[in-house]
Amino acid sequence: MSGQSHRLPSGGRIDRSKTVRFSFDGRSYEGHPGDTLASGLIANGVHLTGRSFKYHRPRGITTSGSEEPNALVTTGEGGRTEPNVPATMVELHDGLVARSQNRWPSLSFDLMAVNSLLKPFFPAGFYYKTFMWPRSFWYRLYEPAIRRAAGLGTIADQPDPDVYEHSYAHCDVLVVGAGPAGLMAAQAAARAGARVVLADERAVPGGHLAGEAIEVDGRDSAAWAQGICDELDGLENVQMLLRTSVFGRYDGLTFGAVERVGDHLGNDSSGDLRQRRWTIQTRQFVCATGAIERPLVFGDNDRPGIMLAGSARHYVNQYGVLPGRKVVVATNNDDSYLTARDLARAGADVTLIDSRREKDVTGHALLPGETEVRYGQCVTQTCGKLHVSSARLADISEPDHIRSELPCDLICTSGGWNPTIHLLSHCGARPKWDSAISAFAMAKVENGVHMVGGAAGTFELQKCLQEGVAAGVAAASACSRKARKPAAPKTEKLPEYRIQPLWRLPDTISKASASFVDFQNDVTIADLELADREGFGHAEHAKRYTTLGMATDQGKLSNVNAIGVLSELRGTPIAETGTTTYRPLYTPAALGTLAGQRQGAEFRATRHSAMHQWHEKNGAVFTEAGLWLRPYYYPREGEDFAAAVKREVLNARSAVGMVDVSTLGKIELKGPDSGQFLDRLYINSFSKMKTGRARYGVMLREDGMVFDDGTVTRLADDHYFITVTTANASGVMQHMEFCHQVHWPDLDVQFCSVTEVWAAMAVAGPKARDVLSRVVDGIDLSNEAFPLQSVADARIGDAFVRVLRISFSGELAYEIYTPADCGLGVWEAIMEAGAEDGISAYGTEAMTVMRTEKGHVAGPELDGRTTADDLGLGRMMSQRKDYIGRWLSQRSGLTGAGRSQLVGLKPITNSDTFRMGAHLVTEPGTIGPDVSQGHVTTSVYSPACDHFIGLALLQDGRSRTGERVYVASPLHNEQVEAEVTGPVFVDPDGERMRG
Amino acid sequence: MQIPCPWCGSRPLDEFEYGGDATKKRPEGKKQENMEAWVDYAFLHDNVAGRHKEYWQHVGGCRCWLIVTRDTRTHEIIKSEFAVPQLRSNQR
Amino acid sequence: MRYSLSAIIRNAATGHKHWPKVWKNPEPKQSYDVIIVGGGGHGLATAYYLARNHGITNVAVLEKGYLGNGNIGRNTTIVRSNYLCSENSQFYEHSLKLWESLSADLNYNVMLSQRGALNIFHTPAQRDAAIRRGNAFSLNGIDSVLVTREEVKKLAPLVDCSPSARFPVLGGLLQPRGGSVRHDAVAWGFARAADRRGVDIIQNCEVTGFQIEKGRVRGVETSRGPISASKVGIVVAGRSTLVAQMAGLRLPIESHVLQCFVTEPVKPVLDTVVMFAAAHFSIVQSDKGGLVFNGDLDGYNSYAQRGNMPVMTGVAESAVSFMPRLSRLRLLRHWGGINDMTPDGSPFITRTPVKGLFFNGGWCYGGFKGTPASGWTFAHLIANDEPHPFASGYTLSRFETGRVINENGAGPQPGRH
Repeated sequence: MSGQSHRLPSGGRIDRSKTVRFSFDGRSYEGHPGDTLASGLIANGVHLTGRSFKYHRPRGITTSGSEEPNALVTTGEGGRTEPNVPATMVELHDGLVARSQNRWPSLSFDLMAVNSLLKPFFPAGFYYKTFMWPRSFWYRLYEPAIRRAAGLGTIADQPDPDVYEHSYAHCDVLVVGAGPAGLMAAQAAARAGARVVLADERAVPGGHLAGEAIEVDGRDSAAWAQGICDELDGLENVQMLLRTSVFGRYDGLTFGAVERVGDHLGNDSSGDLRQRRWTIQTRQFVCATGAIERPLVFGDNDRPGIMLAGSARHYVNQYGVLPGRKVVVATNNDDSYLTARDLARAGADVTLIDSRREKDVTGHALLPGETEVRYGQCVTQTCGKLHVSSARLADISEPDHIRSELPCDLICTSGGWNPTIHLLSHCGARPKWDSAISAFAMAKVENGVHMVGGAAGTFELQKCLQEGVAAGVAAASACSRKARKPAAPKTEKLPEYRIQPLWRLPDTISKASASFVDFQNDVTIADLELADREGFGHAEHAKRYTTLGMATDQGKLSNVNAIGVLSELRGTPIAETGTTTYRPLYTPAALGTLAGQRQGAEFRATRHSAMHQWHEKNGAVFTEAGLWLRPYYYPREGEDFAAAVKREVLNARSAVGMVDVSTLGKIELKGPDSGQFLDRLYINSFSKMKTGRARYGVMLREDGMVFDDGTVTRLADDHYFITVTTANASGVMQHMEFCHQVHWPDLDVQFCSVTEVWAAMAVAGPKARDVLSRVVDGIDLSNEAFPLQSVADARIGDAFVRVLRISFSGELAYEIYTPADCGLGVWEAIMEAGAEDGISAYGTEAMTVMRTEKGHVAGPELDGRTTADDLGLGRMMSQRKDYIGRWLSQRSGLTGAGRSQLVGLKPITNSDTFRMGAHLVTEPGTIGPDVSQGHVTTSVYSPACDHFIGLALLQDGRSRTGERVYVASPLHNEQVEAEVTGPVFVDPDGERMRG
Repeated sequence: MQIPCPWCGSRPLDEFEYGGDATKKRPEGKKQENMEAWVDYAFLHDNVAGRHKEYWQHVGGCRCWLIVTRDTRTHEIIKSEFAVPQLRSNQR
Repeated sequence: MRYSLSAIIRNAATGHKHWPKVWKNPEPKQSYDVIIVGGGGHGLATAYYLARNHGITNVAVLEKGYLGNGNIGRNTTIVRSNYLCSENSQFYEHSLKLWESLSADLNYNVMLSQRGALNIFHTPAQRDAAIRRGNAFSLNGIDSVLVTREEVKKLAPLVDCSPSARFPVLGGLLQPRGGSVRHDAVAWGFARAADRRGVDIIQNCEVTGFQIEKGRVRGVETSRGPISASKVGIVVAGRSTLVAQMAGLRLPIESHVLQCFVTEPVKPVLDTVVMFAAAHFSIVQSDKGGLVFNGDLDGYNSYAQRGNMPVMTGVAESAVSFMPRLSRLRLLRHWGGINDMTPDGSPFITRTPVKGLFFNGGWCYGGFKGTPASGWTFAHLIANDEPHPFASGYTLSRFETGRVINENGAGPQPGRH
């Protein structure tokens, strides 16, 4: 127990039989299981825990919960470094390492505290008025200095070794908050048979009861809560989620939550689950989130040793630590009398300062006889350096006149309690001012939502329990689970909660010292006064102007105080001053947790074709297209990219090559109206195409731009098979489903995506027929029996194959489709059969070279801004039928002069090269909106031409054949002269593919 | 947000894809004079603040296109039915 | 009171008790030369430039709620001018030039921070598309640099540039002059400067109807009574459809939620604005230390200024996958703004079929960065009844002709842009 100077000799709900060691700022301390870092620090007499954001004021532990604005630390080391962690939410474990932040060189001696001296020059909004002279100083001097001062903690310098996951929970009733009301609601709903999820951000149940010394149902309140929790935990229809912070409510009663699975265990092996994100879908929601205390605002109310009153007794009762021995409790409400009582019982010397008159107070009956109470007084100012040392007191009627100065090492402050209505407001409901409790509360809630206890503005324990029971029964019965209404347990009689708001003391006080409304962001009453003076008095304006409520606690302690202050400054009722909007997240959540398992390598799926192993084994370099990994090229020993691609192309053009085209989208259609359906989707017609034939087709979007292209194959009268581009595979399917179900439900057609069902490969080159003839059974592949655009079913070995004679490369070519699980075998069989003819695999780049030589369009040309006519496909557009995109493609802007049209390009000097993305200009070196007349969509070195060739979209390009243009890439400082040509460079008459 | 699918039951938002205003009808007829109707169909929007009939596809489920009535101010879903009229009578 | 060093010192010495209101809150007059409907960034900028460039000061800006409560204060504060389409690039480049002198012009520090905007690409196809864009920027006189993976590492050490990343970084396209601006300050700066030139900024004054006679606008009906004017500009992005409807206009606009995300503040880890081609995702670190993200649209028509969870978690997936060191940094808050989305992703600054009634809206993702140029060109249009050359393509009729300004090539569904 050595060193735990502030640990009480007994009491608290910690495990005193064990000791855990932890460190803070390099010093080693001891605590017990059940402690938080905050209670452990208090036990060891550590009061200074951090520095504020702007003025670097010394700060200490202010609360005992997730609302903590001041005691933020960095925990962990290396990849586990976690900045801005509230010490109040860290469970002590052996080996815990924590450091203070935002100070230099040390926490107790922080040079940046000089900001505090410059405070007169740094009021709210000072940035906007200054740093403008001279102009260049802004970006050379001021802004870099402001940026350097940014932030609190520092993020990890390496990746996180821990693991995260995402789970779903579905339930009838979600209860958030395991305090008295929440426990009762969960119990009542569970007993009625409802499926219940009960979530609470703390490690122990009971909510504030875990930190009280009162009786419920004749038992100690914490033990009672644990008992209910144990009962619920034993029920099959209840899922208890402790250490789980419900951070947001989304439309349709969907909730997001973070469960701290491993943090408190202190694991340091990599691969352990650290946190789990939950998506909770419920039919009924019981909001039992309790209430959060707000501080009083007085001079220098931010020193270490100034703590919320409720939190102070929480430390005494739950953790058995005494945050101070000479205590001033400053309040305006009756709840703080419990604090005075509990601290006095624990041996502290307590003076209670109540701003109200004695006759308005109900709490005094609680106090031990020797406790001094001063009514009608307030704390106006505090003294101390790194810890509070005294409080100055004055009469509330005469705050300028200091009546006395009380030495103290703890000031407990309470300005009242705010219902925690975040989850009630996230979906748009606005709270109303409730003058009975001097706080914002929800006047009504949506269907399926119940609010109980502190969250509903009910601060009387007996009533909280009753509301919980009633809400549990009502929620269960809304899910058709009927129950008798059980009676709520009886509690100790506590004084009635009464409050008289005290928003601020007069100007004169705030002038002499700083009265903080928002601790972390250092927003004072003077800042709010200035904001109001300058016209930023609306709550939203004041927030944005002063940064009030924008710190990591999101204004949990400050927002309502600020609204109270502004309402007084403006002389308007609080209801008219406006509130700021409650938004998720209720408590911040780590990005890694929110991402769950979908991160790193699992960020997105990686798709492999059936032949992927072969490609890997044969040294393919891959490129990604629509999440597929496709072979880009297959370099051999000593080959670079260009050499490999050239070899692959030359081999296909002179012998035979094979490329994996499994990534093409594939859709199969059946039904008597299939042909008519396709006629309405494509610009060309397929209903008249003969069975056993295949043809190129183009689809438009409804706005007349080209959507996609591919091959349409007729397998039978009522049976078609189409391929679509890899990139649009899912988009085309959805489009077809929309057209069928929405536009033409009368058409008798069924279709289904079979992209993953089929592996596909193209065999191309003058020897393609020879090679395939050796392995394909069941088709006569001769030119006469199986000419271009033929389709037939056959076998390769035991595998079923469908053979299409179509050509993207311009060579004699066949596409082979086979069930995916046969893909590798068929590929290898063809490779083996082709060995004697020198078959080799080629990648997507060789495919691009060959299609460019042939002037075939692909992704770079189909960029969503081109029409069929732009691409030279205008003649395919049928004049005899309606199809998607037909009418809007006839708008003047899509047909008139000035359209960019597909052309070919070749360099004037054969050795010149140009690149994709270069632009075409006629006056080199000029700049302006009309300089670019087009751009190079595709450019490749053509082995057939032995120089670079390109496809380009050029304004009025088709009429400019023979013209010379400059191909400019100013990004690379490149510019070459080129001639505009037709888009086809190799075999313009198509003899090779017909051969 | 949960969308009730007439086939699959109530399912989370991420299973669905949005298809826009469902009150629009693709213009009939093939006449060029109809251009005004086509421009209206493809580009102009009522964009109502309130109850909005809109298309959704249950892409992560039965792949049916649905007509969902949803309040664009509150995201409350009032009704959900098949886009294909013939299916609506079978709706459960 | 002009902001100056001596004013700062004088006020510091007197406890800041003498700073005047940044703008007055006058009662509306019965009539103005020009009424601007909408007290957001664009409306205030329009009023300011009407006064500054055209000497028209008898102007009222009517704001339904509090000034600047729309998208001017709900965005990720990024400014850049790297647009592919010529119409857009001239417009946004004009805007960026105005940003560069705005603090001095307004005598209000909007905290422009030009630390560069970097678009990262991952595949050869994305690289080629980036080269096309970069060259288009260069030919339009916009600064643009192609950078290698090594340079990406230096510019943004936070980004995982290892080959084992799910989407390995291949390189990037950098606009060195891109950056960020303190968003709220823009609204306040324009408001103050317009107010100083005599413009009436009237909050809590909702326009409930338009007075239109014989095809010409005569004024507006408001929650505070009728106000007449022969010229009225509608600048209410997010509610464009609803306001224009009161004047009988039907628009090519859908309202969609775009979310923004901010983390807890941490010490500087990222200087540049970074965008990734592998996912719709951008990130910038504010001067306060929070990392600010943007993701996809929520994807359905909405007037509710709140976002859904799938987009939020999707953004977290992108953040930790592209920048694994962010894993334990906590997301603090996320919120939604309502974007006017159009069929080609480009805005409107245009006359309407009603004479004297002008419309500005449809900003898609470009609203914040376009604020000064939007005000500049809209003021020009209202003053002269002639479009400014930099905004002449932003008409409502471009869908009839098909002369659209389609920045990303997506189809006509507004939510796809």
